[in-house]
Amino acid sequence: MSSALISPLDRGGPAQPLLTVRGLVKHFAVKGSVFGAKAVVRAVDGVDFEILKGETLGVVGESGCGKSTTARLLMHLIAPDAGTLIFDGEPVGTGGLAMREFRRQVQMVFQDSYASLNPRLTVEASIAFGPQVHGIATRAAIDRAHGLLDRVGLDPSRFASRYPHELSGGQRQRVNIARALALQPRLLILDEAVSALDKSVEAQVLNLLLDLKEEFGLTYLFISHDLNVVRFMSDRVAVMYLGKVAEIGPSETVFDKAAHPYSAALTRSMPSMDPDNRTEEAPIAGDPPNPINPPSGCRFHTRCTFAEAPCSATPPTLAAVGIGHKVSCLMHEPGSGHSKAAAS
Amino acid sequence: MALARSTAEIAALPPVIDKSEGYWASVWRRLRRDKVAIIAGLVVLALILMAIFAPYIAPADPLSGRITRRLRPIGTEGFPLGTDELGRDMLSRLIHGARMSLLMGVTPVIIAFGLGSTIGIVAGYLGGWFNTIAMRTIDIFYAFPSVLLAVALSGALGAGLTNALVSLSVVFIPPIARVAEAVTTQVRNRDYVEAARASGAPGFTIVRVHVLGNVLGPIFVYATSLISVSMILASGLSFLGLGVRPPEPEWGLMLNTLRTVIYSQPWVAALPGLMIFITSISFNLLSDGLRSAMDVKQ
Repeated sequence: MSSALISPLDRGGPAQPLLTVRGLVKHFAVKGSVFGAKAVVRAVDGVDFEILKGETLGVVGESGCGKSTTARLLMHLIAPDAGTLIFDGEPVGTGGLAMREFRRQVQMVFQDSYASLNPRLTVEASIAFGPQVHGIATRAAIDRAHGLLDRVGLDPSRFASRYPHELSGGQRQRVNIARALALQPRLLILDEAVSALDKSVEAQVLNLLLDLKEEFGLTYLFISHDLNVVRFMSDRVAVMYLGKVAEIGPSETVFDKAAHPYSAALTRSMPSMDPDNRTEEAPIAGDPPNPINPPSGCRFHTRCTFAEAPCSATPPTLAAVGIGHKVSCLMHEPGSGHSKAAAS
Repeated sequence: MALARSTAEIAALPPVIDKSEGYWASVWRRLRRDKVAIIAGLVVLALILMAIFAPYIAPADPLSGRITRRLRPIGTEGFPLGTDELGRDMLSRLIHGARMSLLMGVTPVIIAFGLGSTIGIVAGYLGGWFNTIAMRTIDIFYAFPSVLLAVALSGALGAGLTNALVSLSVVFIPPIARVAEAVTTQVRNRDYVEAARASGAPGFTIVRVHVLGNVLGPIFVYATSLISVSMILASGLSFLGLGVRPPEPEWGLMLNTLRTVIYSQPWVAALPGLMIFITSISFNLLSDGLRSAMDVKQ
């Protein structure tokens, strides 16, 4: 069991993070007026985190907070404006790990199971495409596709030569998972991979993901807006707000003892299982501010119940408040001037 | 005669879905079910055969006529489709005309389909500044009325069949490139193309495997709709002495010369137009049928 967790590609040992993300920035230009400053959407605005080997890091946040952009940046599907990725000790790109090899080791499952499969390719051809690109002979690639189909719970003799439209949503997402695993990656990015499935199918796919993680020694980056699912899947959780990480820490800590007011509000918004203990009112009101012109200082201060004068002036830094627990909030920054912060 | 089949017989039956059936075999299976496309295909085949075997089919010489028997109506003894303004047998001229008309109608579209879809797909897939430069250049050509552009190019290149074909090809590249660019831009942003990029595949492989199959159908159908336009434009060039020259039979040219007798023999005068109509609608219906047969969702 433990031997399965050590990949032959492993370099730095179990203590070295699989992927370290430093200062990742992506601004999208917006078509503005001819005159005046060019407007940009600050989709991802300085994101730092680490993904440890063999863990599942959950990423949560409202729509538009930069979750999916972060995923696409990690895959290099879009070019970052700034920031570095260090994969198992090696910087990705120039001078370090070649992009092609990095892509083989990091794969992604998309939200829309239908749009992420070529409608004109059979299931086996879609799965075999990646290995073929990396120089595996057609016959061997098809064999690998059949093996993976079997592993994700689809009988190859029945499903291999079907087309995507002949499958249900859950079956298609299993195919997408098989396709992502075909390159034998070490890190799998799951971008809302189960969000479009209905609840019973979602549960099956989640269990499949847990089994596959153990069998292949995978590491997951699990992006979702469904807090219950993230809590079920994740060892650690990162909470994103307007293109920045608000809080990151062990799953239980973030869900039960959230230090950031935004994380606390998010966890309070989870539907309660206890009818006597209903969630009565929305913990935060309104929509997130416009990412084209984000609030000064702490980005959450416009909606935060604890906001004070320093919050609109000083941007907080992501700093440790416990073991593996980091928060970006002035209330936890000694000497920040906030009444709840410790004096320095 | 036993109704029940033995187990051996059942085992020998072909499976309901033949897994070994190739892609083109499945296209043919779906095409066979489409009656309209099959009929259109047979008409196209007949037109092609008619063009190839014109000298053997035609009852009379398409070039010789006698002025004393000019403008006979349809159904005249010896001239089932009448005679034209110089007394030549219409049936023979229509049969022989298929040669030049198909050449003038189909060749420019094939050339423009090859070049235009290449430009459009590359521009659509690459996007960015390459797209801007390529498509704005295309737009300059697109801004001219097609007749004017064809006449201007033909005139500049000089009269002759080859030059007429070249100028018609150039006229059709911009519209095909624009359609190709539009559909490719759509497909490029689908998740399966992103997934292919994420697998580290080179751009050429992605276009070949994931883009081409999903864009060629719509471009193909659009291109066949240009066949009739090409025939009409070719006849316009012929009329100006830039393409086919009299007395060579060509439907567009015949339509032009017969237009002077539209009041005395309207039915005879309409015959070349009818042939152009039949040809173009047959190509169009056939390509539409092919497109839906190539769609695996059928």
